[in-house]
Amino acid sequence: MELLMQYIVTGLTVGSIYALLAIGFVTIYNITGILNFAQGEFAMIGALTCITFANAGLPISASIILAILISATIGLIVERTAIRHARNTTVIILIIITIGVSTFLKGMGLIIWGTNPKQLAPLIKMEPIHFMGAVINPQSIFIFIVLLILLAVLYVFFEKTYIGSALRACEKNPRAAKLMGINTSTMSALAFTLAAALGAIAGILITPITDATYEMGFLIGVKGFVGMVIGGMHSIPGAVAGALIVGLLETFSGGFISTFYSDAITFLVLILVLFFKPNGIFARASGERV
Amino acid sequence: MSKLEKILYGNRLKPILFLVGLILILPLVVKSPYIFTILILIGIYSIVSLGLCLLIGYAGQISLGHAAFFGIGAYTSGVLTTSFELSPWIALTIGMVTTFFIAYIIGIPILKLKGHFLALATLGINIIFYILILGLNQLTGGAAGLIGIPSLSLFGVPLTDKLFFYFFVWTAAVLVLLLSLNIVRSHVGRVLRSIHDSEIATETLGVKVENYKVAIFALSAAFASLAGSMYAHYITFVAPPTFYITKSILFLIMVMVGGASSVWGAILGTTVIMFLNEIIRFVGHTYFGISGEVEIVVYGLIIILIMMFLPKGLIHVISKPIQKLKPKKKVSVKAHKDMISQKGV
Repeated sequence: MELLMQYIVTGLTVGSIYALLAIGFVTIYNITGILNFAQGEFAMIGALTCITFANAGLPISASIILAILISATIGLIVERTAIRHARNTTVIILIIITIGVSTFLKGMGLIIWGTNPKQLAPLIKMEPIHFMGAVINPQSIFIFIVLLILLAVLYVFFEKTYIGSALRACEKNPRAAKLMGINTSTMSALAFTLAAALGAIAGILITPITDATYEMGFLIGVKGFVGMVIGGMHSIPGAVAGALIVGLLETFSGGFISTFYSDAITFLVLILVLFFKPNGIFARASGERV
Repeated sequence: MSKLEKILYGNRLKPILFLVGLILILPLVVKSPYIFTILILIGIYSIVSLGLCLLIGYAGQISLGHAAFFGIGAYTSGVLTTSFELSPWIALTIGMVTTFFIAYIIGIPILKLKGHFLALATLGINIIFYILILGLNQLTGGAAGLIGIPSLSLFGVPLTDKLFFYFFVWTAAVLVLLLSLNIVRSHVGRVLRSIHDSEIATETLGVKVENYKVAIFALSAAFASLAGSMYAHYITFVAPPTFYITKSILFLIMVMVGGASSVWGAILGTTVIMFLNEIIRFVGHTYFGISGEVEIVVYGLIIILIMMFLPKGLIHVISKPIQKLKPKKKVSVKAHKDMISQKGV
């Protein structure tokens, strides 16, 4: 029982990180039709810039805000330079461009920060909490609370604000949105900026637990991607649920089968989901992806 | 017919003769064993990128997992020749056949996916393969890798000499190239191109699209396996990092930089990227003192720029002026003028 509780807590912590990336994926995918393979690199940039500022002596809150702003700016620059020109080309070219962006950003990370892993002090300084036999790192609770707050903020943003409505209009029907006078190009830029900021938050949150390296982005990005695919492509709640499932799957397969093979199991599940439920396990059928 | 073929596919004899000539002349010019190693690796990787080119450029299907098939070939050769002491040639054949069937079986469900999801699924396969070769350490040597893979020998002549191996690799590469060119020119090639343009339209013409997609996927995997076996026997050492997604991405970049719409692009792209790789490493390590995979910055930048401004790849830049030089064009211009004058415009 204690073990089970421990797995659930760890799984939800990791899942929350993937969820933040998955939200970014969903936002970009629905507005632009692009799956941004570079999404994970924003987590790397966010984490490493935050560490740099914190080490330079800035207070941690200021470092976090600056890191998020810098990552968001890079997201915007990426959209304005690389993505914007190629928006009307084929899917393969778009995939390769985002992979190119990912490779480029990873390489810049390597040049700027080197290969050594960097650490960040815990954001919350508290004793671990004992709950139903499980030891909960306060950091985990903090991550989960941040996810809930961000979901609430995003809900208000998408449902209650003008820009949010415009973004949703682009999701539903880009052409109609364009005809209604919404600038879809600006919306695409906004989506990338937002997704980069969310990626940076995910990167900063996970760093106190796992340390940050220039290579950290790709795999957690792909996991967020997996979460989104499992949960369904078209809604933020679905993607978050999918990402939490990926987190749980990882810790449970790690606990009961083998930590070594947990990544392999995650991807095996992904491939099975793609075969049998290609629209995600929560979605109703529509024939776009097969 | 032959005239039509020339217009449709271009002249293939001249480029092949040029390539063969280049392969024969290079050993006379190049004396540095270091550059020779690069030339051999270009040959090996060209075989992979030729297969990938057929898959991406002709069938229009993406794969982010070809390093896994490259790895299956390398590890089959490595394990069978070291632990089971089989002949390298038998191991190489077993590797190719196994990879073909594995790719065929995986391909049946996977190639139903499109675009992004196909990319993600093949990426997943690469990650699973990587974890498996790390995990099955009794067979594969795990993270330490497999050492002591024997070199190839042909008709009793050991190919340990770089010159022999160079000719062997490039003979194989030219054969793969010829096979690819024939596939492209056959009805299969035309079906693949029509799948590339519209799967639905092809299907409504009564073509079983899945069969073609799966077959070309399996064939390109078998090419990758062949290259992997050669790599294992040349380097005589294999370790898991060589077969990670970064390698799959590198293969993809080679194909796209050269130009996926032509099989020649695959060889060109491989050559350009391999030399670039060495130059960047040299400059990065000697002048900037940076360790690790610095070359990825340049790869990333190059592939973004090529995709933005030259989506048809470098081969397009080279082949265009060559075609302009040909007198054939003048005739057609003249014929066009005649036609116009006849109409009295």
